[in-house]
Amino acid sequence: MLQQRDYTTSQLDVLEAEAIHIMREVAAEFERPCLLFSGGKDSIVMLRIAEKAFWPAPIPFPLMHIDTGHNFPEVLEFRDRRSEELGARLVVALVQDSIDAGRVAEETGRRASRNRLQTTTLLDAIEDNEFDAVFGGARRDEEKARAKERVFSFRDEFGQWDPKNQRPELWNLYNARIRKGEHIRVFPLSNWTELDIWDYIRREGIEIPSIYFAHTRSVFERDGMLLADSEFVTRGDDEPVFEAVVRYRTVGDLTITGAVQSTAATVEAIIEEIAATRLTERGATRADDRSSEAAMEDRKREGYF
Amino acid sequence: MDILRFATAGSVDDGKSTLIGRLLFDSKAIFEDQLEAVERTSRDRGTEYTDLSLLTDGLRAEREQGITIDVAYRYFATPRRKFIIADTPGHIQYTRNMVTGASTADLAIILIDARKGVLEQSRRHAFLTSLLRVPHLVLAVNKMDLVDYSQERFEEIREEFTSFASKLNVSDLTFIPISALHGDNVVSRSENTPWYQGSSLLHHLENVHIASDRNLVDVRFPVQYVIRPQKATDPAFHDYRGYAGQVAGGVLKPGDEVLHLPSGLATRIASIDTFDGPVEEAFPPMSVTLRLEDDIDISRGDMICRPNNQPQAAQELEAMVCWMTDAVKLAPRSKLTIKHTTRTARALVRDVHYRLDVNTLHRDETATALGLNEIGRVSLRVTHPLFVDEYSRNRLTGGFILVEEGSNTTVGAGMIVDARG
Ligand SMILES: Nc1nc2c(ncn2[C@@H]2O[C@H](COP(=O)(O)OP(=O)(O)OP(=O)(O)O)[C@@H](O)[C@H]2O)c(=O)[nH]1
Ligand SMILES: [Mg+2]
Repeated sequence: MLQQRDYTTSQLDVLEAEAIHIMREVAAEFERPCLLFSGGKDSIVMLRIAEKAFWPAPIPFPLMHIDTGHNFPEVLEFRDRRSEELGARLVVALVQDSIDAGRVAEETGRRASRNRLQTTTLLDAIEDNEFDAVFGGARRDEEKARAKERVFSFRDEFGQWDPKNQRPELWNLYNARIRKGEHIRVFPLSNWTELDIWDYIRREGIEIPSIYFAHTRSVFERDGMLLADSEFVTRGDDEPVFEAVVRYRTVGDLTITGAVQSTAATVEAIIEEIAATRLTERGATRADDRSSEAAMEDRKREGYF
Repeated sequence: MDILRFATAGSVDDGKSTLIGRLLFDSKAIFEDQLEAVERTSRDRGTEYTDLSLLTDGLRAEREQGITIDVAYRYFATPRRKFIIADTPGHIQYTRNMVTGASTADLAIILIDARKGVLEQSRRHAFLTSLLRVPHLVLAVNKMDLVDYSQERFEEIREEFTSFASKLNVSDLTFIPISALHGDNVVSRSENTPWYQGSSLLHHLENVHIASDRNLVDVRFPVQYVIRPQKATDPAFHDYRGYAGQVAGGVLKPGDEVLHLPSGLATRIASIDTFDGPVEEAFPPMSVTLRLEDDIDISRGDMICRPNNQPQAAQELEAMVCWMTDAVKLAPRSKLTIKHTTRTARALVRDVHYRLDVNTLHRDETATALGLNEIGRVSLRVTHPLFVDEYSRNRLTGGFILVEEGSNTTVGAGMIVDARG
């Protein structure tokens, strides 16, 4: 009988099964987990996996968004609607509050961004809510420092990651032991690639915010990237605004997330484009990773997502 | 399309990271911005060629020292397969990271520098891959460009390694002469080695048969999480009680008679549920939720199996342990936390029987403890029964980790060779 069937499993099914397993481990072993939900495609997929992992029970942990205040309105609308549909509790931690409380200082000048400030807001929110496990949608294929990270990534009481001294991680046995004040960042989508995410969105028919699809937008060019013109960015005179048909490959803080020129208006068209692209998603669209060779590693050490 | 997970292994500087860079580059899995960054760094350092190892050595310290410290995971796909690569460090100090990368691998590529031949670290890694039961092994004799693509040198190394491997549990061993730097026999067969009749490395990776590596015979379902939607708005789920987990062995079907451990009670599978609807069968690595016909008290850490095919319910374990810390030694009377499938218990080390010399595979029975990176056979007593199989029969129900209770870090990887009640 076994000979008649070879029991192979498609790559998306393998990745989904692994992610579900990770989510259930966390729900079983931690007291206060939460899931970082930004309304971006990776966190949307992560949320779908959470839905699947506990069905027919509701997702047994809250969602959290670190809100820089510089968001795409389409994404915020999506974030709120999706949390409500799921009946999930949504914790929103505002970078503005950290600024008002004097925990961080707003950057000034043309390249001012709240990207780095988010780390403080995130770590404070983890502490205030006593979260002991935090799901993130980061994937190892995104960036070379992320390629090094464990699925269960230990953070000390300062929220720091020590890349030279990570816990061994064998088979599917995850070590959930921590002391009070420490926490674990958990990455259930570690082994997914950008293309896997899109293939999954297509297969599952998952809804995503409209800014992922081609649309006309007022943009200006900076460092070879197209940034959205908005009240949150300071443009120079040498940065004229023009209209372009664009879509977003990643969704982050509006001031540093670049759009790509594209007419892809459907998930199928996006998949075709991504399969042919010669640039990584962060390289194409994230100013924050361009600042130095180890920019991501440095931010991650401090406790960034 | 299926997934092949593979890991690199071998001594420092044998070219593991370069090989991965080469594979990614030649299979067009490298993006322009990544390549530009690597070219820039290579130029800045005055390297005359593009150093492809920089594609995986992503940490600052790694790039500064030119070595790999921790595993890097990389991904690429060809029309035949998706590949998950674990590029592991060769340095002995970071053996625990090599073990991390190899524990989930379907295949390991051990690199040997053609000039240097089989080194102690090559043997250690070959031994570790066999201990971890990585089902397929490729011995890649690298840097063939530096030995004039000599068939004689290749044959010498092949013989030397074959004689060492005969003492190990290696069921599938393939030798390939390559140059990671220049790409010979990596993606396509090289004209520099007309005497080599085998396939290129990539061709081998695309075609190696892995479907039968999983255990589809012994039904093992470690219960991970109990799903009881008490507040479900849908009244249909009011009395729902499902046992969620990932299948660790065998094929389960609705209607099958199953047995619950530790209770020993038998029942039947009422249905196998998923978010996408019930399924007709479940097998590794599926994550599903079982509903059972009878009300049995079942919780996380329990095991569901077949009445006529049960794991050993064991409190006395005999295992090969790889020790991964220099902070403490593994010695008789050490007390540790043990995690096995979804069950956690405490373990007491009763005895260290021997320590293995990885070079000669000699058993040193005078050893009384295991230090960092040492491997030996150990007996443990655990506080409550674990439902185990021999590791050689099932990696998922035969493997465990040991956690040090002071620092909470993972300090040991264990592979069960024998167990008693
Ligand atoms: N001539 C030649 N040099 C090579 C070849 N493969 C790798 N090298 C060089 O060998 C050196 C070490 O290569 P790496 O790829 O960093 O070695 P590694 O095995 O990853 O080292 P660790 O990860 O630190 O254990 C680099 O200078 C490479 O350029 C080859 O096929 N031919
Ligand atoms: Mg390396």
